[in-house]
Amino acid sequence: MLVVGGGNAALCAAISARRAGASVLVLEGAPKFYRGGNTRHTRNMRCAHDTATGTLTGPYTEEEFWTDLTLVTKGNTDEALARFMIHESKSMLDWIAEQGVRFQPSLGGTLSLGRTNSFFLGGGRAMLNALYRTAEGLGVEVRYDAEVIDLAVDNGVFTAATVRSPAGTEEVRATTLVAAAGGFEANIEWLKAHWGAVAENFLIRGTRYNRGTVLRMLLDHGVAPVGDPTQCHAVAIDARAPKFDGGIITRLDCVVFGIVVNKHARRFYDEGEDIWPKRYAIWGRLVAAQPDQIAYILFDAKSLRLFMPSLFPPIQAPTLRELAGRLRLDPDALEATVDGFNAAVRPGHFDDKTLDDCRTEGLDPPKSHWARRLDTAPFYAYPVRPGITFTYLGTRVDHRARMLMTDGSAAENMFAAGEIMAGNILGQGYAAGIGMTIGGVFGRVAGREAAAHARH
Amino acid sequence: MHATDMTTAGTGGTALPTATLREAERLMTVCNSCRYCEGVCAVFPAMELRRSFAAGDLHYLANLCHGCSACFHDCQFSPPHEFDVNVPRTLARLRAESYAAYVWPRAFAGVFARNGVVVALAAAGGVAAFILGFAALVDPAALFAAHHGPGAFYRLMPHNAMALLFGGVFLYALLALALGLRAFWLDIGEPACTLADPLPLWQAVKDAGRLRYLDGGGAGCMNEDERPTDNRRLFHHLTFYGFLLCVAATSVATLYHYLLGREAPYPWYDLPVLLGTLGGLGLLLGPAGLLLAKRRREPAVRDEPSLGMDTAFIAMLFLTSLTGLLLLMFRATPAMGMLLAVHLGVVFALFLTMPYGKFVHGLYRFLALVRYARERRTHFGAP
Repeated sequence: MLVVGGGNAALCAAISARRAGASVLVLEGAPKFYRGGNTRHTRNMRCAHDTATGTLTGPYTEEEFWTDLTLVTKGNTDEALARFMIHESKSMLDWIAEQGVRFQPSLGGTLSLGRTNSFFLGGGRAMLNALYRTAEGLGVEVRYDAEVIDLAVDNGVFTAATVRSPAGTEEVRATTLVAAAGGFEANIEWLKAHWGAVAENFLIRGTRYNRGTVLRMLLDHGVAPVGDPTQCHAVAIDARAPKFDGGIITRLDCVVFGIVVNKHARRFYDEGEDIWPKRYAIWGRLVAAQPDQIAYILFDAKSLRLFMPSLFPPIQAPTLRELAGRLRLDPDALEATVDGFNAAVRPGHFDDKTLDDCRTEGLDPPKSHWARRLDTAPFYAYPVRPGITFTYLGTRVDHRARMLMTDGSAAENMFAAGEIMAGNILGQGYAAGIGMTIGGVFGRVAGREAAAHARH
Repeated sequence: MHATDMTTAGTGGTALPTATLREAERLMTVCNSCRYCEGVCAVFPAMELRRSFAAGDLHYLANLCHGCSACFHDCQFSPPHEFDVNVPRTLARLRAESYAAYVWPRAFAGVFARNGVVVALAAAGGVAAFILGFAALVDPAALFAAHHGPGAFYRLMPHNAMALLFGGVFLYALLALALGLRAFWLDIGEPACTLADPLPLWQAVKDAGRLRYLDGGGAGCMNEDERPTDNRRLFHHLTFYGFLLCVAATSVATLYHYLLGREAPYPWYDLPVLLGTLGGLGLLLGPAGLLLAKRRREPAVRDEPSLGMDTAFIAMLFLTSLTGLLLLMFRATPAMGMLLAVHLGVVFALFLTMPYGKFVHGLYRFLALVRYARERRTHFGAP
């Protein structure tokens, strides 16, 4: 059995298939250090559970999980498949721990997730390392720098994959295929096909190896697509971040404490619409819609210590005009925007823990909460750009993780797990840790089913 | 705006004096933005209590680090990633620098940079001095004769001379160590009253005694690669508790001598010999294992400049034990005289170099653990 990909979904598939008796080869397109795609940047997994545990502060029922999922996707999900996943997630926590993955209480600064999400001790790469150790201990063969460049598929039946590696190009034959090779977020050309030239200004939060070549080949071979190709998980990250793999440390949690302006020094959205965990994932798209896909979060000395530190220090100046100069914004325009904002701020009691009553009046767009005048020097700014975490376009699957073909039939021996099929569950929106749930649950199912198929 | 200008990282404002401090500050800024490793050991929760890092803060964090390297293998930004996050190696280098920064007298700061050579010379010099001293002062017939019964050692060197010499060098070492620790405590900015509080002290005794933070958060230390093992913890326990047993043996023997009037050597079944033999075995196996673990340590996390200092200390402990056990085995033969000279020479050099070598790591780390225990209670309400 062949597993293409090397992240959480791929390893769960490989381990569960191996435990079911299959002989398993894992082809990871990235070098060993960058193995695991976006899993290396994750930190937790959302699983349903009926009681508190050593690392989870309380129960999280299947029904509550389902409610959360319908809220974030606005109902844009496959209900039967999603309910199946949520049910399976219950046994996932124990299963993944049995594969050597260790958990800890929720990370500092993420207390709101302490009940629902299980945090990996040491983060996603530690989790991956444990899965690789277990897989290799069981006898799963893993090859790195092994990029699948062609798939032989005939009427929904997979027969072989062509693999390019430093050793050369070869054909690998297998009785079943599990595709767990992620989305296409690092493929700028593909992003441009849907977004246009603006995609040139996107930063990619994960590795440069998430190019979606396997997804492309599967769709070309008649596998049914699922999900909107322009949908992606996009947040506003520090514009100084590297093009690829800046990960978590370039995110900024300070939008709610200040104002956000575009390159014309104009505001464009309500920065205080709702609490940050519910709004951070819309800011990537908002910035993508601005000229040159750049924006600037501005705040003053009052707010400097209210949010998590990030990699780059804020750009700082003693006056707003000087700050504008450092950001190459028009000082008059910036001053006018801030003066207008300050004049619109109503008195209130600032409280960053609740939806407080600090808001603007008569301003368009308004700032609904946490609106305080920018009046205390020094003034600070973070330049931000859209940071793409992952894409939603994928392969349609059934509850056995079998790929579905465009004619509605199920592929005989092709399974998919992880980001490559996340669009089945996530039509839009996102809830923290759910990508790992999709990968873990469908990885385990795909491995089990693929092993059963290989036996018959 | 795509450039990764890492030189701007760090929020401290004031420039730190050494390249290692500046690199540690850069790393702590990166790590503080991520925090995935906060469950791995004490360093990261302590880091999270700070937003900027002065030299004292960084020295504190460096001495809190046990070098288990779990964070290196857990880190998505470790080399070859362009962020080049290598916390274990940077903190190891900073630890070594901190020993030199707090040393008393200040003039001896350079000793840490050439530690392997200095310790080797001290050992050779100590052994040579005792052999020459014995040769000059002891009747050659007595030096190469077999001696039996209580007081056999003191026919080669009078007990009072031995006590004076070793008591003197021991007191000097204590003074130098105490002044170094004082400088460290003042620099990290922890109030003196913490040291009078029994709770953090007891917590630190437990954490140090178990090597709580050498286990990568539970899986084990990652010395050779990302597969965790607990070998270093085992070998360190053998070394440390072996050392304590040897100290206990010497203390019991001192009490025998002054309180009971019983003179060494003692029969094999007597308490000082039993304690010393057991401790000596630990001090053979432990250092040997640590040395092997050091040789096998993944090059990426190994701090090459500290290698001489680390090896010298491990070798001195090993030699102390080896020469002591040989003395025990052959104390009734004519070889006793030379073996005693060699053993005393090694022990003398060990004492003399204690404030100027790897020995200090345990003391600085203990104080760092005391402070961390206090911080944990203040900020997290947990032991």
